Amino acid sequence: MRVALFVTCLNDTMFPDTGRATVSLLERLGVTVDFPVGQTCCGQMHINSGYRREATTMMRGFLGAFAGYDAIVAPSSSCVGTVRHQFPKLADEAGDPGLTRDVEEVSPRIYDLSEFLVDRLGVEDVGAYFPHTVTYHSTCHSRRGIMLGDRPYRLLRAVRGLTLIDLPNSEECCGFGGTFSVKNPDVSVAMGSDKVRHVRETGAEVLVAADRSCLMHLGGLVSRSRGGVKTMHLAEVLAQTEESGHGHRRAS
Amino acid sequence: MSRAFIGMPAFPAGAKEALGNPQLRSNLHHATTTIRDKRARVIAELPEWEDLRLSGAAIKDDVGRHLDRYLEQFEAEFTAAGGHVHWARDADEANRIVVDLVRATGETEVVKVKSMVTVECALNEALAEAGITALETDLAELIVQLADDLPSHILVPAIHLSRGEIREIFLANMSGVRDDLTDDPADLAGSARAYLRKRFMSAKVGISGANFMIADTGTLVVLESEGNGRMCLTLPETLISVVGIEKMLPTWSDLEVFMQLLPRSSTAERMNPYTTMWTGAHAGDGPKNVHVVLLDNGRTRALADPVGRQALRCIRCSACLNVCPVYERVGGKAYGSVYPGPIGAILNPLLHSVDNGPVEKSLPFASTLCGRCFEVCPVRIDIPDVLIHLRGRVVEETHHGLPGAEELGMRAAGLVLAKPGLLGAAQRAMGVASRLLSHRSTIGALPIPGWGANWSGARDIPVPPRQSFRRWWRRSHRSELPIPPSAQPQTRSETP
Repeated sequence: MRVALFVTCLNDTMFPDTGRATVSLLERLGVTVDFPVGQTCCGQMHINSGYRREATTMMRGFLGAFAGYDAIVAPSSSCVGTVRHQFPKLADEAGDPGLTRDVEEVSPRIYDLSEFLVDRLGVEDVGAYFPHTVTYHSTCHSRRGIMLGDRPYRLLRAVRGLTLIDLPNSEECCGFGGTFSVKNPDVSVAMGSDKVRHVRETGAEVLVAADRSCLMHLGGLVSRSRGGVKTMHLAEVLAQTEESGHGHRRAS
Repeated sequence: MSRAFIGMPAFPAGAKEALGNPQLRSNLHHATTTIRDKRARVIAELPEWEDLRLSGAAIKDDVGRHLDRYLEQFEAEFTAAGGHVHWARDADEANRIVVDLVRATGETEVVKVKSMVTVECALNEALAEAGITALETDLAELIVQLADDLPSHILVPAIHLSRGEIREIFLANMSGVRDDLTDDPADLAGSARAYLRKRFMSAKVGISGANFMIADTGTLVVLESEGNGRMCLTLPETLISVVGIEKMLPTWSDLEVFMQLLPRSSTAERMNPYTTMWTGAHAGDGPKNVHVVLLDNGRTRALADPVGRQALRCIRCSACLNVCPVYERVGGKAYGSVYPGPIGAILNPLLHSVDNGPVEKSLPFASTLCGRCFEVCPVRIDIPDVLIHLRGRVVEETHHGLPGAEELGMRAAGLVLAKPGLLGAAQRAMGVASRLLSHRSTIGALPIPGWGANWSGARDIPVPPRQSFRRWWRRSHRSELPIPPSAQPQTRSETP
């Protein structure tokens, strides 16, 4: 099985530890991961902001970089959703049958990390050790976009030492919403503050999610209010073992 | 666009103002979460709910495809049953028709059934200009009218007001109200009942909208909770109904689907208390002069949009408002348009076009695309998808003028993100910045106006890492640098 990592532009640029954790987790599970260096961005921000022409150029780049792999793994449910649900529409608009063919070939091969672990590798216990209290924010794209369901919860419950605490109002959006966060900052912050309040109610040490973007928004709010709760991507928790130092490598 | 809503600020400004009102936040939170939970309970009772949604969507899509035929069929049936059918291209035409019909009766007062489409047309304002007083008889709509306020919800127009506020409005503006009125709901409803009853008995003209019109029988249908609608629909001599052309259902039996979808989605009831149906006019039974004004007002424009046309399936249940996290925090008036919430954010730009003004331009962006609206929509309108589509239209329209800071930024980001080399260079520059900021873990508020300040007003920015992921990969996996499996990947998709 030829497996490629789509690290996503945000993780690549701002949160490399999420990408490194994904690589170390997959390698620990015996998967050889390629990082096609031609990759950049799926175009999500541009699609969701109305810049479809730019997004189509990025999509062409994505399809070229990831052609020929059996599986593409991304530690981001919203980017997976973009490839799955938006690429076919962009290709359709471009009116280019070759592009449509490439999308039909590549799109079904993309997996969110949780999907790849649970559905493709058939594992729930990834051999992780993380002796901390954790609450999980199911982001909108993971919950309603690509329907991750209980996969992340099953993965977290199998982590030794980890105590998972339910997040109240877990179905509610955190208010990030991509460029919504800067186009409508007041509503975005109001929603995010409510989410942070619910996170604090759990008393958990660490807030985990499948999307770094939502965590950047929530982490920014927590940090401004000297909150104490750490944010970690699911991959970073699952990558922890007894040997790796109990999860204190980096939790921003 | 309703005149009553003209000059409202675009969404971000309206939202900011609304967020500053803690009473509004608390009223909205209480009301939306209550109805949301009730709805979820009554829908869980129906194992075939998803099939009903699919049926509802399919019936409405068929209406859209054959609207010309169904409208003429309805006209023929309604006319044959003794009713009169009028056609209105836009709000002004509809208002002229209604004003002329009321004038012909010689009356200067009309009673009204709650109707969104007459708010859309600003009919009350047009009647007032013609010297005709329109009395709203839906309790919540009456509250809004007495307060000289604007409705803020499709179904519950006074959702933004608390019982205490309603009591104050009644004491100040309702003639004949008792001085010792309390804020007990029964007491408030009782005083409105006494106020309205006299007017029902003397009204000669009633004005309504309709929830559905049935093509094969020529029937109009109104669903309501209070019974005040039934008073207006049965007691007056003349009844005038303004109906958007998308309200069509092909056959009587299609009601079976919609009578299950609508009450559960709107008021979270298995069945609404009052459903009134009428087909033309009947001697000795109800109004003698029965009119319907069929209104386009942008609906054919929306129908021409292949992605947006699904918005015409809307049955105005307002389930999307009640689950929307944005609506819950800012309320309806922040949207600056007759139809608020997620459906309003797509319906207004579709009816009036995205370049109609700042409100229409801002609405497609008034959402985090969280997807809850699509989850609850009884006719499966994929609101997030239509929002994304309309955002593309806004950018296209804006593109004709000089590019602003946002457009320049997004186009520049597009260039960088399209080339791995440029992205790597940008990341290396950020790595230098990171070293300069090595004494801190986050960046605080930025003084430069724009997106940076919008982000950092309440949220810290993480300091960029010293090395990007791709740089780390190059260093750690150099020996096993993968060879791309396809020889010339970039050219594959260029040639069909």
